[in-house]
Amino acid sequence: MKIHEYQAKELFRKYNIPVPDGKAAFSVDAAKEIAAGLGEFPVVVKAQIHAGGRGKGGGVKLAFSMDEVESLSGSILGMTLVTHQTGPQGRVVKKLLIEAGQKIKKEYYLSLLVDRATASVVVMASQDGGMNIEDVAAKTPERIIKVQVDPLMGIQGYQLRQVGFGLDLPPAAMKAFSGLLSNLYAFFMAHDCSLVEINPLILTTDDRVLALDAKVDFDSNALYRHKDLLTLRDLDEEDPQEIEASRYNLNYINLDGNVGNIVNGAGLAMATMDIIKNAGAVPANFMDVGGGASSEQVENAFRIILADDKVKAVLVNIFGGILRCDVFAQGVVEAARKTGIRIPVVVRMEGTNVDEGKKILSDAGLNLISAADISDAAEKIAAAVR
Amino acid sequence: MSIFVNKDTKVLVQGITGNEGSFHTRQCIAYGTKVVAGVTPGKGGQKMDEVPVFNTVQKAVEGTGATASLIFVPPAFGADAIMEAADAGVELIVTITEGIPILDMVRVKKFLATKHCRLIGPNCPGIITPGECKIGIMPGKIHKKGNIGVVSRSGTLTYEVVDQLTKMGMGQSTCIGIGGDPVNGTNFIEVLKAFQNDDETKGIVMVGEIGGSAEEDAALYIKNNLTKPVVGFIAGLTAPPGRRMGHAGAIISGSGGTAAAKIAAFRENGIHVCENLGLIGRICKDVFSG
Repeated sequence: MKIHEYQAKELFRKYNIPVPDGKAAFSVDAAKEIAAGLGEFPVVVKAQIHAGGRGKGGGVKLAFSMDEVESLSGSILGMTLVTHQTGPQGRVVKKLLIEAGQKIKKEYYLSLLVDRATASVVVMASQDGGMNIEDVAAKTPERIIKVQVDPLMGIQGYQLRQVGFGLDLPPAAMKAFSGLLSNLYAFFMAHDCSLVEINPLILTTDDRVLALDAKVDFDSNALYRHKDLLTLRDLDEEDPQEIEASRYNLNYINLDGNVGNIVNGAGLAMATMDIIKNAGAVPANFMDVGGGASSEQVENAFRIILADDKVKAVLVNIFGGILRCDVFAQGVVEAARKTGIRIPVVVRMEGTNVDEGKKILSDAGLNLISAADISDAAEKIAAAVR
Repeated sequence: MSIFVNKDTKVLVQGITGNEGSFHTRQCIAYGTKVVAGVTPGKGGQKMDEVPVFNTVQKAVEGTGATASLIFVPPAFGADAIMEAADAGVELIVTITEGIPILDMVRVKKFLATKHCRLIGPNCPGIITPGECKIGIMPGKIHKKGNIGVVSRSGTLTYEVVDQLTKMGMGQSTCIGIGGDPVNGTNFIEVLKAFQNDDETKGIVMVGEIGGSAEEDAALYIKNNLTKPVVGFIAGLTAPPGRRMGHAGAIISGSGGTAAAKIAAFRENGIHVCENLGLIGRICKDVFSG
């Protein structure tokens, strides 16, 4: 689960991770009030959306007077911000962070993440702050410091020094940096983060270290033990259909194409999307009803996809294992009864109780196109949207 | 021969009295698996059908000599269940549970490094040696005894592959789902190594998906260490970057973990790539009988 920069910084403060003074504003008036409270200019007006590249997209501006705070807040609030992470449709800005401007001597990169290959928490740092770390890794890998932390031991003093000296920080800032990194590690572990990224971390002209930006991603699987974090979820940042699907524990992702698909299991669902593309059509979604879906979940999956106007045909690909084909078919029949099926639906079913499932579908007299196997299903779905 | 499990493997089931646990225990027994014990804290002394239930894994192992465990407990208790099995001396721990927090798995991996056991999963369908032993949730009847080893990060996608193999007359030596989580127990390379050393396995099908670099690492390993033919498939060519595709581990982060990169790694290292799932049975037939 992603959160906003301003939320991340509020959490950082609680862990004594230094951040600039500032507050979130949801209106121009609130922005002015916060700016007044900061006491001096410049102040930074930052768009709050769940995507990187906000500065380049025009969502981060310096204001040198109250008039500028007013005009910049007014223009950024409500703008559609397009960055390399939002996709071409962009994201509407509904929240701002108003922050005290800083006198920056140098920018650094600092992050903590779970490294899959080594199954450990890794600290990554670089003197090339403010840049895309992937570019740094590709072009100058020697400029990235990587430190693996043993989860049973926690981060050690020598590791803090490895990073601090590796970044060539001035002696006056070393102690503060060690404290910051140590606290950041504690924050990461205590909240079950999957990523914490500070880009840039800055050194000020008076040798203080501050998190100028903050990106935090929590492990969704661990949210059950962090109920307080659930209030940080921002539904404005999510697709309404995806929110609806999540209510029924359906793994659904809305995409651009016109062929809807319903599949059980994530791997088979991805492979089914690929098959649609191979056949010359474009998938409209990813929908994994799960290994053990109930007929109610199947019904809701159908309803959500049929309610999507861009969907011109639906491919159903079920390999019954835990999910029995008869249970699945029952859900399809219910969905058809309640919503009606007005577009071509190609059904390919295999596995546990497939004969019972097929009988339920044919007895219901639904206008479904039956496919013998995956290749057959691909051809039939391509023909349906052609 | 086969890898990791055979007709003599004695299995205990953690979470045997739950809905999923009891359902799949019955399916495993019906397939012929020797399920000798179950574990549900507080229900020791009871029976699930004919299977004795114990309060702890330690007591179950002492009482029955089980050497493998099948885990169905809820995700919040997953890490604890795995450690309990490892500590009790269980040699093979198959974890079906989906949704175990990643930092729990990071800690579990460190813990397991001090024990003599193999973890398969979590978030996986399990392992099956057709005709002998099924420790997992896969539909038994699509499998057929034979010479093809199958290893995959997915569940139903593996069933699809196995179904096509069986229909084309190619049976399987052992099929293993290593799981869809970013941090898991047994990885591709360990399974590939075991298949290479297994006389019964003549060819291997490897099914990967987007996220991480396990397929790339495995591809290099195959080139340097395997003499048996490998057919590879990768799901997720059309997956958008930055989105988690159902599995916790199936995500393209930045420019890393794309299907295209994995397929390229397969090609560079001599793996026969299948780009159309509908044809995987046919491609295997060509490669493995050639």
